Amino acid sequence: MATLQKQADLLPPVVSTGIVGWLRKNLFDTPLNAALTLLALYLLYLTVPPFLEWALLKADWSGTRSADCSRAGACWVFIEVRLNQFMYGFYPVAQQWRVNLTVALLVVLVLPLFIKRFALKRWLAALILLVYPVIAFHLLVGGSFGLVHVETSKWGGLFLTLVIAVVGMVAALPLGILLALGRRAENMPVLKALCVAFIELWRGVPLITVLFMSSVMLPFFLPEGLNFDKLLRALIGVALFEAAYMAEVVRGGLQGIPKGQYEAADALGLGYWKSTFLVTLPQALKLVIPGIVNTFIALFKDTSLVLIIGLFDLLGSIQAANSDTNWLGFSVEGYVFAACVYWVFCFGMSRYSQWLEAKLHTGHKR
Amino acid sequence: MTVAQANGSPGSDRPMIELQGVHKWYDKFHVLKDINLSVGSGERIVICGPSGSGKSTLIRCINRLEEHQRGRILVDGVELTSDLKNIEKVRSEVGMVFQHFNLFPHLTALENCVLAPMWVRKTPRKEAEEAAMQFLERVRIPEQAMKYPGQLSGGQQQRVAIARSLCMRPKVMLFDEPTSALDPEMIKEVLDVMVSLAESGMTMLCVTHEMGFAKTVANRVIFMDSGEIIEENEPGAFFTNPQHDRTKLFLSQILNH
Repeated sequence: MATLQKQADLLPPVVSTGIVGWLRKNLFDTPLNAALTLLALYLLYLTVPPFLEWALLKADWSGTRSADCSRAGACWVFIEVRLNQFMYGFYPVAQQWRVNLTVALLVVLVLPLFIKRFALKRWLAALILLVYPVIAFHLLVGGSFGLVHVETSKWGGLFLTLVIAVVGMVAALPLGILLALGRRAENMPVLKALCVAFIELWRGVPLITVLFMSSVMLPFFLPEGLNFDKLLRALIGVALFEAAYMAEVVRGGLQGIPKGQYEAADALGLGYWKSTFLVTLPQALKLVIPGIVNTFIALFKDTSLVLIIGLFDLLGSIQAANSDTNWLGFSVEGYVFAACVYWVFCFGMSRYSQWLEAKLHTGHKR
Repeated sequence: MTVAQANGSPGSDRPMIELQGVHKWYDKFHVLKDINLSVGSGERIVICGPSGSGKSTLIRCINRLEEHQRGRILVDGVELTSDLKNIEKVRSEVGMVFQHFNLFPHLTALENCVLAPMWVRKTPRKEAEEAAMQFLERVRIPEQAMKYPGQLSGGQQQRVAIARSLCMRPKVMLFDEPTSALDPEMIKEVLDVMVSLAESGMTMLCVTHEMGFAKTVANRVIFMDSGEIIEENEPGAFFTNPQHDRTKLFLSQILNH
C-alpha cells in the first residue's frame, strides 16, 4: 500500500525575482510595453535635465538685488529677499516670534500623540482642541497680556494659508459629522430636511461666491456699526463650505457600515449617541480616511482663493511680489516656489493618511 | 395546544417573556400572526421552521430590533412600547447572538466584551475586564482576548459574541441562527458553549436548525410556518410524534438528508 509523505516546501523560481526579472516582467514584457517604456524615458530626458539645469545648476543663489541675477537659470535671490513676506505677510517683524511660537507650540503638543504608548493621549488631545486655540488666538491677535494688537489685515503669506486651512479643517470635520448624522436621521424629518438643505445649498455654490458674499455682501445686511473682521468672515465661509463636503464624505462612510453593527450596538443597550460614537462612527471615519484627506487637501489649496477678497495668503503675497517693479520677470520662480510649498504640505497629508490607514487596519476584512 | 406554562419557572411565578396576541406587518405583508408565547425563567426554547416563517422576526421583536404593531410583549414584567427608556432597559437585560456574529471589527475581543458594561452599566474598566476575561474563559478562548475579530475564525468570533452578550449578565439570551454561517467543523465548538450555557440555567430562545441541540437541550420546541406558531411540544414528542402535517413535512425534509 502506498503511503503519503509530506512534501517539503519549495522556494519560488528564481526567474521571477531580482531586478532583471522585475524589468522584464513590468517594463519589457510585450513590444507595446517596451515601446511605451522607451517613449517615457525619452520624455523624461526631454524635460527633467533642462528643468534641473534651470532650477539648480545654472541658478543664482546669493545676492540682494535683481541685478545680482545672471539670468542663465532661475534666480532664487527673488525668493530669499521676499521670503519674510511670503511666510508672514505684513505681520510686524518684531512680533513674528509670536507666529513662530504658535506653530512651535502646536508641533510640540501634537508630536506626543504619535508616541505609541503615551498614556495621556486623551487629555492632550482635549488640550489641543480646547485650550490651544485660545492661546493661539491671544498670541496671534494680541491686545492682551501685554502683547501688541496685530490687525488681521496684516496677516499674510504661508502663515495666513495655514491659519485658514487649519481652522477650516478643525471646524469642518465635527460640523460635517453632525450634518451627516442629521441627514441620516430618518425619524426626525425636520432636522433631516434642514441638514439636506444646508448641504445642498453650500455644495451648490462655488467657494469664490461664498467668499465674495462674506466679504462684500454680508456687510450690507448687517446693521450699521456692526462689522466683524474680514478674515473671520472668510474663515466662517470656508468652514461652512467645507463642512458640507465633509458631511457627504462621512455619510458615505456611515452607509458602508453593515446593518448588523447598528443592530449589535442596539441589542447591547447602547443608546443612539453611544452606539454612534463608540461603534459606527469610528468605523465609518476609518473607512473614509482617503475621502477626508482628499477634502482636506482640496481645502488647503482652495485657501488661495481668499486672494480675491484682498487677503494675501502664500500665493497672494507671491503674486503681489511679482508686480514689484524692482523684480519684474521673476514670476516663474515665485510660482515654482509656491508649487513646492503647496506640494510639501499636500504630500505630507497624503502620506499621513496612508500611515493612519495602515495603523488602524485590524486584520482581515470583517 | 399550549403546553407552555405548566413546566414553569424555577425562580418566580411571573414568566420571563410573555407575548400576547402579537401581530406584525412589513408594509402589507403579515409576518407574525397572533403569536402567544410564555417563557418561564430558566426555560430553553428552540424555534424552528422553514425560511421566511417569521421565526427570526419573532425573536427580534423580543428586544425590539423589530417593532410589533399589535399585541403585547413583556420582558421580565417590562412592556415594550415606543418608550425608549423601556426599550433600552429591556435590551440591556436581553442578550442577543446573531447569525453573522456582528462583532465590532475596530475593537479587540476584550474591548468588544467590556464596551456595553462600561458604557451602559457604568462598570469601572478594571472590573469589566476581569468579568470579561471570566466569560471569555467560559467560552474557552481567553487566549484570543487581545485579537481583533478579523484575526479570528468564525467559530471563535461567535464565541466572543456569546461572551460579549454574557458580560451584560442578561436574564435571557436570544440566538438567531447562531451556527448557520459557520463552517461544519466550527459548529460543534459553538454548540458546546450553548449547551454549557443551558446547563447553567440561562433562559434561552434559539432559532436554529440544529435538531440535535434541540433534542438535548430544549424544554420545548416551537414550529413556525408563515408567521404562525403551528405546533409546540417537548422535544421527545415533537420529533417522534408531530401532530401537524406541515410539521411532519418540515421534519422529513430536514431530518432525511
